[in-house]
Amino acid sequence: MDTLPIFVRDRAEAQMLPWQRQVEAAGRFGVTMAQVEEVALERGILPARYQRNRKAMTVSDQLTLFRSSVAVIGCGGLGGYIVEELARLGVGRIVVVDPDVFEEHNLNRQLFSSPANLGHAKVEAALKRVTMVNPAVTLVPIRTAFSLENGSDLLAGCSIAVDALDSIQVRLELAEVCTALGIPLVHGAIAGWFGHVTTQFPGDDALQTIYRSWKSGKGVEETLGNPSFTPAVIASLEVAEVCKLLLHQGTNLRGRQLIIDLLSMDVNIIDIRDANR
Amino acid sequence: MQVTVKLFASFRTGRFETARIDYPDGTTVADVADRLKLPHAELGIMMVNNRHVKLEHVLAEGDSLALFPLLGGG
Repeated sequence: MDTLPIFVRDRAEAQMLPWQRQVEAAGRFGVTMAQVEEVALERGILPARYQRNRKAMTVSDQLTLFRSSVAVIGCGGLGGYIVEELARLGVGRIVVVDPDVFEEHNLNRQLFSSPANLGHAKVEAALKRVTMVNPAVTLVPIRTAFSLENGSDLLAGCSIAVDALDSIQVRLELAEVCTALGIPLVHGAIAGWFGHVTTQFPGDDALQTIYRSWKSGKGVEETLGNPSFTPAVIASLEVAEVCKLLLHQGTNLRGRQLIIDLLSMDVNIIDIRDANR
Repeated sequence: MQVTVKLFASFRTGRFETARIDYPDGTTVADVADRLKLPHAELGIMMVNNRHVKLEHVLAEGDSLALFPLLGGG
């Protein structure tokens, strides 16, 4: 009798499973695209959609990504690009948290926004997009605002949280919850032509250091706005950090803040350890 | 005393990237920010000779002060 693993093995071409075969397998065996993907990856067969990932990561790495769960807090400028890139990379489960609906002033930069979905929930647009782009990814849309009260529940089961928030207050709360849960936080923030990124491990005080002068309210984004390219740059750097953390590869930004100025094309990395000593 | 002031991101607009400026003894980081009309609410990381400092930090001859704005958007 033909089984899913045998079907997948027999339909693989050069150790890769073409998308059409993945669709056939799901239909024939009454399983999800995700289940077919897992069966393939477990047998060293790469779904062909990831073939350009291959030089950067192994099939086993791809399986690690598939079995990973990442929370993206905020689904606006940063969050849209982060969710898109995580889904295309092949991260198996993405939890996306945002209370808002799209408004017209989002259209210049927020990837999932369009004139057709103004007034619609951002997390629902994320679900539609990811379902279309990579149906093997499970996207969990949660239309709520992150807080100290619900934070632990929202991040349950996730091995990394990604900061795509637009509030310094809530960022500090997210950092606190991540430390309590013992998971790393990849932080990004933007304003105008400028942005910064860091990675905070549990017990580090990266966000408290970056925002140690903050007392209340917004940062300079209030006056500088947010053009289309800055969130894309900072979001991509955040996803690169997530990928390295999930695969235990490379060198991340722990203890360092990468500060980017796209107007001067100036990049600085500053040490943010021991600021309070 | 001479202090090198380095401004980053939006702080450069209408000001400068790096300048050596003469200040009276006892000048603090807050004084420098005030003279450059940098609102305190916009100040993020402040470093003197690559060490993190606060507004009330008193500068010394030859110091290098770096000021970064607070970015909070997403």
